[in-house]
Amino acid sequence: MTCLVDLMRPSVGFAAVELLERAGCDVEVPLSQTCCGQPAYNSGDRAHAEAIARQVIEAFAGFDYVVAPSGSCAATIKHHYPQMFADDPDLTAKAEDLAARTFELVSFLTDVCGVTAVSSDYRGSVTYHDSCSGLREMGVQNQPRQLLASLDGVDLVEMEESDVCCGFGGTFCVKYPQISNKMVSEKAKRIESTGAELLLAGDLGCLMNMAGKLKRNGSAVQARHVAEVLANRLDDPAIAQPPSSAGQGEG
Amino acid sequence: MESTAHAFKDNVTTALHDANLQQALGKVRQGFIVKRREAADRLPEFEALRDQARDIKNHTLAHLDFYLEAYEKKVTEQGGQVHWAATAEEARDKIVDICRAADAKVVTKGKSMIAEEIALNAHLEEAGLDVVETDLGEYIIQLRHEPPSHIIAPAVHVTKKQVEADFRQYHADLPPERHLDEPWELVNEARQVLRQRYFQADVGITGANFLVAETGSSIIVTNEGNGDLTQILPKVHIVITSIEKVVPNLDDAMAILRVLARSATGQEFSTYTTLSTGPKRAEDLDGPEAYHVILLDNGRSGMLGGDFADMLRCIRCGACINHCPVYHAVGGHAYGWVYPGPMGSVLTPNLIGVEEAGHLPNASTFCGRCESVCPMRIPLPKMMRHWREREFERHLSPKAVRWGLSLWAFFARRPRLYGWATGMAMSLMAAVGRKNGFFERLPLAGGWTDHRAFPTPQGRTFRAQWAARQRQGEEPS
Ligand code: SF4
Repeated sequence: MTCLVDLMRPSVGFAAVELLERAGCDVEVPLSQTCCGQPAYNSGDRAHAEAIARQVIEAFAGFDYVVAPSGSCAATIKHHYPQMFADDPDLTAKAEDLAARTFELVSFLTDVCGVTAVSSDYRGSVTYHDSCSGLREMGVQNQPRQLLASLDGVDLVEMEESDVCCGFGGTFCVKYPQISNKMVSEKAKRIESTGAELLLAGDLGCLMNMAGKLKRNGSAVQARHVAEVLANRLDDPAIAQPPSSAGQGEG
Repeated sequence: MESTAHAFKDNVTTALHDANLQQALGKVRQGFIVKRREAADRLPEFEALRDQARDIKNHTLAHLDFYLEAYEKKVTEQGGQVHWAATAEEARDKIVDICRAADAKVVTKGKSMIAEEIALNAHLEEAGLDVVETDLGEYIIQLRHEPPSHIIAPAVHVTKKQVEADFRQYHADLPPERHLDEPWELVNEARQVLRQRYFQADVGITGANFLVAETGSSIIVTNEGNGDLTQILPKVHIVITSIEKVVPNLDDAMAILRVLARSATGQEFSTYTTLSTGPKRAEDLDGPEAYHVILLDNGRSGMLGGDFADMLRCIRCGACINHCPVYHAVGGHAYGWVYPGPMGSVLTPNLIGVEEAGHLPNASTFCGRCESVCPMRIPLPKMMRHWREREFERHLSPKAVRWGLSLWAFFARRPRLYGWATGMAMSLMAAVGRKNGFFERLPLAGGWTDHRAFPTPQGRTFRAQWAARQRQGEEPS
């Protein structure tokens, strides 16, 4: 469970659990995890990053697969943990073992579970943003599009430059707010010019950034994690929307 | 060049408010990217060539001393001279000495990033020389007294209208009513003006894309042919280059050339690929009487074998810059020194110090687009992270960031406490913000809420709900 989903949008977590269970998986969520440590790692704080990575390696020992509803958290575990413990062969081996079992949610569903179609009540036009780590580190590109294409009511309209960063970048967006704002403004323009009603992506950080910008611009485009549509979990308001917008609130 | 990298944030503010710059940056965002993609798609072995190019450079760098000595020996055999320069100052002094010995007055220059790195023009001018840039982009920024903003398109930040205005101002002897609306009219005018200067030049200075150890040749690639006239017409040719440019033989150079132009501009090959090997021989029709190579180190040998060694493979194609969304937002001058974009964010701290250039490796989202297109497969984000680690170790990163990280890590390492504290915080935020679904402003989060709304959390955390579900054997509604 990624920390942002845990804190900000648990419904994405439940959507992920549902999708995995429908694909025949037994899902457990160890509560000894908190975060993958990416904020520390990307800020150059190796000591904290390593301490948290150890905790994650422990927490997920013994599971067949580790699946996260985020390309960037999955990439941290899959690609960066094995590089962290260069002078500790024992931990490196454990990190590599974990890495081999770690996947991003949507690509896990299609590539490992062999899911080719899902069902959802969602009706309308959507556009999909390729989050950077998911796309470039985890190879997530066709998988979500394939599952969206299996939904009759969903019309996918591609935006220009869907593979260009939205400007979130974790702590980047508060360390260099002006650049981040310029980037997310460009992204918002491209989202809006598709005419789609709903923006989807596989990473909540990017989604909060883009949804926050669209909201500030007064745009009517809504935003959800792709898992919410794929799992037909649409009762909760979209990101940054008031409860009325989806009919009923959570809780 | 005086660095303003420490003032990166101010530079960013200026860049974002510069309408001409923002208009000009559109060109980078579209043109280069599509052309590179198409060129790469047309060549089935492109990915394999990237591996080969990387391997060639890795091999050469592992035996750099051997290949550099072999190269020097060959240059000397052909009657040329190699001058080793440990620092920028040594390189500049050497070049001024050579110009003085040749009694030079006018110096023509082909495009060279090393010349920018050592701030050559300013020193030549101080020494009383008349310096003429012959690459169109370099010529434009020389007129404008600006540094380059891109390593292969130095004047990419200038609009056509601005070039027209500059030409009208500086080419005052040409008829004022002449037409200068079209790009080709600007090119023709520059060509006319520069043509005179080639013949006046006593010394021609070029850079080098490659140095070939096997033959003692230097290779340049250009699209304007200006480099050829610069190096052939004057009586002295000086190649200003750096130690990592060497490759073992011509085949190796050719293999890397096949990825260079495709990555840079999407061309199969640059229009001119020119080899120069020593001064004019008895049987040659043209060529310089003297041939000098200045081999600059300037901190590069210190990068060998370390965290930043991969950066020495860089062939200055500019692909990482062309694909960088941060560069697209702020342009090259914001980076504050010679090398912009991702390659600059890694290289600049190596060359002028991380105290001065510490912002650069931080100003990246780690989106990874640079690494995905780098023909030499240089792990640029990884090396930016290395810089961040060094800054963190040396307490150069901002106090607020360090403090925030420590606080966050304190909780993140105590799952129960973390669950309790975040549970409280999220419930509170949800209670306050549920009605709107977002916050217009949040204390301590100005960086976020100055520009965008902050979504309200849903309420109970996933952990709390999951724990309840485990207890009850069902999901709470
Ligand atoms: S780092 Fe790679 S992409 Fe960037 S200029 Fe160098 S070779 Fe080209």
